[in-house]
Amino acid sequence: MGSEDLSIVVEGLRKRYGDKVALDGVDLRVPSGTACGLLGPNGAGKTTTVRALATLQRFDGGRAAVAGFDVATQADRVRYRIGLVGQRAAVDEVLGGHQNLVMFGRLYRLGARAARRRADELLARFGLADVGDKPVRTYSGGMRRRLDLAAGMILAPAVLFLDEPTVGLDPRGRDEVWAAVRDLVRQGTTVLLTTQYLDEADRLADRISVIDTGKVVADGTPAELKARIGADRIDVVVHDHQDLPAAVAALRVVAAGEPEVDRDNRRVSAPVTSRGGALADVVRALDAAGVSTEDVVLRRPTLDEVFLRLTGRESQEVPA
Amino acid sequence: MTMTVPVAPHENRAGLRWTLTDAWTLTRRNLAHWSRNPAVLLTSLAFNVLIVLMFGFLFGGAMVVPGGGGYREFLMPGMFAMTMVFGISMTTTAVATDLERGVTDRFRSMPMAPAAALIGRAVADLLFAVVTLVTMMLLGLAIGWRATGSPGAALGAAGLILWLRFALVWVGIYLGLVLRGQEAVAGVQILEFPLGFLSGAFVAPATMPAWLGAVAEWNPLSSTVQATRELFGNPGWGGESWIAGHAPLMAVVWPLALVAVFLPLAVRQYRSLSD
Repeated sequence: MGSEDLSIVVEGLRKRYGDKVALDGVDLRVPSGTACGLLGPNGAGKTTTVRALATLQRFDGGRAAVAGFDVATQADRVRYRIGLVGQRAAVDEVLGGHQNLVMFGRLYRLGARAARRRADELLARFGLADVGDKPVRTYSGGMRRRLDLAAGMILAPAVLFLDEPTVGLDPRGRDEVWAAVRDLVRQGTTVLLTTQYLDEADRLADRISVIDTGKVVADGTPAELKARIGADRIDVVVHDHQDLPAAVAALRVVAAGEPEVDRDNRRVSAPVTSRGGALADVVRALDAAGVSTEDVVLRRPTLDEVFLRLTGRESQEVPA
Repeated sequence: MTMTVPVAPHENRAGLRWTLTDAWTLTRRNLAHWSRNPAVLLTSLAFNVLIVLMFGFLFGGAMVVPGGGGYREFLMPGMFAMTMVFGISMTTTAVATDLERGVTDRFRSMPMAPAAALIGRAVADLLFAVVTLVTMMLLGLAIGWRATGSPGAALGAAGLILWLRFALVWVGIYLGLVLRGQEAVAGVQILEFPLGFLSGAFVAPATMPAWLGAVAEWNPLSSTVQATRELFGNPGWGGESWIAGHAPLMAVVWPLALVAVFLPLAVRQYRSLSD
């Protein structure tokens, strides 16, 4: 496709399983050395996109090039230039970490000595040197995922695919993986990561593409998308329906947009521009108006709200 | 930290040489499993030993071999083949676990030879079958079984038993690729029992109801068992039917037929993982 500075070029990617359309014309362009976040709910087509680009999944229409090679016709050349880290740590549980990396290195056609040296280097780099001989089933979730990342990095691939890399990890494991990914991007690896969490995409990605029902429905830098989504929100739940108008008035003091009223749950919700002091201002305004509240919270926008704003409708499935 | 990033010199992964190299890498992976986790191996061997002792000594007293001969001499060739049947679920479990954990996907995203994953499995399982067979033969010798034929015939018998295992490896690989979830895999383990017992491995089919005896005689396992009894010079159950009279031929043909069906099925199923 002749674009020297793009590591991933996807045009009109289509895939259907029987009657179900999984990809309905996905377009994506990822500049080399950057991280792109593919954000969307379950079933949106994130994993299918990554599997197609990683040569695991045939597609029905469209074109895809990774690291300068066509995914459909030059799969072998693509495979030498990519690493894949899936939703489950795809490593051998019985073998040790070192044994795993040597095995994968051999399968990448490294000589025995080169494979062992590379395994040593990667274990050190991902902080697993002292557990290299222990069986992987004794590792924590974060350690497994880091070993998984190391296995994906054996040939220092031009492009690394991460499919929901922190799903099922505790906060500490998640931080470990985030740090490792940031490190890789800093060293020039192009990363395409899928996630259901805005927060994750925000921390790791230079640009985010929001994907829904098999299409990219919005893209931009995290800051651009956030500006469109609205920032944090304050929810107020009142005891009595009669207090709803007063709560709306109180929220208007700090709201960046018109507060939304959910009568059934006696809830008023509004985006706020600045976190600092907003909550205190609302509480003071509610007090002054004599409104009795059940709950007042400042929170991040949910993915549901992201979708509502980007697509004008509710997402079909919302992660817990 | 600066590192010298290795460059893989061979971008062309086609060709027999790389297929064999990759298959050997994966065979060694499976061998490493045994040394890392010998409990699985020992449990499997212990189970086979238990069945021999159970049939040889617990039920054996009540068993009469048609045409005379000791029951334990009759039993051992049956047990050799039976242990090959018990290997199916081992293969299925290993294949299904790799699929479930995403290890198979990692292999498929790598520039390795596509056939290597299946070949590596088959070779490792055959090596384990050899270990199992040798263990069973030593056990047999300890409890009075003897191969009275020529050494060449005994080797031929061992070859037929491993040939059956080779065929069953492809059945196991296919089932591992098709079945999803550990429950389905556990189901395979249960199916091994009727497949193994509904044969001439433990008793003569003539002692069963006619229709059941016919099923037992046509069980591929029976042909292997019958042929190896002849080769080892152990007592058999004779039988009037065509299938019983052509045991050596069928001990070659049955596994061949299984391979002809299940190897292409397994390869097709592996390829269809990309659909």
